[in-house]
Amino acid sequence: MEESGSFYQRDRAWHPPPLTPQYKTSLLRSPRMPLLSLENTISEMTGPLFGHGLIGELDNDLLRNYAKTSEPIGPRINLYGRVLDENGRGVPNTLVEIWQANAGGRYRHKKEGYTAPLDPNFGGCGRTITDAEGRYWFRTVRPGPYPWPNRVNDWRPAHVHFSLFGSAFAQRLVTQMYFEGDPMIWQCPIATGVPDRVALEQLVAALDRNNSTHMDSLAYKFDIVLRGRRSTPFENRKEGN
Amino acid sequence: MVQRLDQLRETPSQTAGPYIHIGATPNHAGIAGVYRQDFGKTMVGRAAKGERIAVVGHVFDGLGEPLKDALIEIWQADAAGLYNSPQERRGKADPNFAGFGRQPTDDETGEYRFETIKPGQVPFVDGTLMAPHITFWIVARGINVGLHTRMYFSDEAAANAKCPVLARLEQRARAKSLIAQRSDKGGKVVYRFDIRLQGEDETVFFDI
Repeated sequence: MEESGSFYQRDRAWHPPPLTPQYKTSLLRSPRMPLLSLENTISEMTGPLFGHGLIGELDNDLLRNYAKTSEPIGPRINLYGRVLDENGRGVPNTLVEIWQANAGGRYRHKKEGYTAPLDPNFGGCGRTITDAEGRYWFRTVRPGPYPWPNRVNDWRPAHVHFSLFGSAFAQRLVTQMYFEGDPMIWQCPIATGVPDRVALEQLVAALDRNNSTHMDSLAYKFDIVLRGRRSTPFENRKEGN
Repeated sequence: MVQRLDQLRETPSQTAGPYIHIGATPNHAGIAGVYRQDFGKTMVGRAAKGERIAVVGHVFDGLGEPLKDALIEIWQADAAGLYNSPQERRGKADPNFAGFGRQPTDDETGEYRFETIKPGQVPFVDGTLMAPHITFWIVARGINVGLHTRMYFSDEAAANAKCPVLARLEQRARAKSLIAQRSDKGGKVVYRFDIRLQGEDETVFFDI
């Protein structure tokens, strides 16, 4: 059965609620009115095309895509995984974008106020398109934790930001990936905004010693699940699909 | 015991944070030379069909302050009402129009701006036509799950009145939060679409 129907409803109890008071910025930026529920129309069941010309050769290699004089300082990692849907199928040919701080926990951004220095050889952005099975991979450095202006002594656990498109705008998702074994995940006002512990564990990448690169990089595996699609025999649509 | 559903759970969302522009629009963020061009920067090719328009506005927080660290993406049909997407099965969209746009809110003024075309009408699930619209997706620091909404057009009053999606609003007065106001200045068509995250005029956001 072809899965070209509408998407499974998003389980909003699995996501952080809009208002998470311990994350102060959410107070004034969280809608108060109920969302308008809408079954998927073709406006939500389509999504942009990622042309072959989009991705450059080094876009997924953060060790080299901004390097000026040498490669960046820090623990080197292979960051890989699959983009799946809720039916467990790989999502092929979809854009995956990441951004992160350097190994000292510093972002290359003019509004950043942390004293850790910039790394002249690290930009902090990468992107790639998944293969036919939904696989992706990046090379980067493990980012450092950093302090942020929330409560006086709040620090973010080391994390990599991910942006996912899927095959349709209904699947659009941004999230953050954390690292196995980091005690600060469970102290973080942003991470713990995810109400269910099992749900939050879905954001923690596994250390994978089998896929380290000899004398070069450790590996972390991070699979991402996007909303699944219904099969067309269960649909009753007249809009022309 | 019953059989188990063999399904996975969607990965939970996390805020895009204050530095999404590093990943989404690095050239804009001053990280030059990594990507040839920021994805979604240019929507309209020279030969694209349709009326050229600009869409501008701000995203306001609960105290009326404009967000200066938001990222906005839009997704829309071409002038004939077709999406430039592999998922579009109804015909072939205008190859000179991407349909997808991505812009930051300005880090001084908070204003965003898209140069695009006015979309045609596309059908609702029952086959009736929806009024012309542009899908919006807004992320920023403090927004835990990306917000979906739609922009409709002030000069499409007849189509708006018949749109099956706008008809869903129990409080019909809230529909005005979804309608961008058209102005024609020196031959340039500009639609202003402000997004309000809270307050009396809170924008209608969608669970799609």
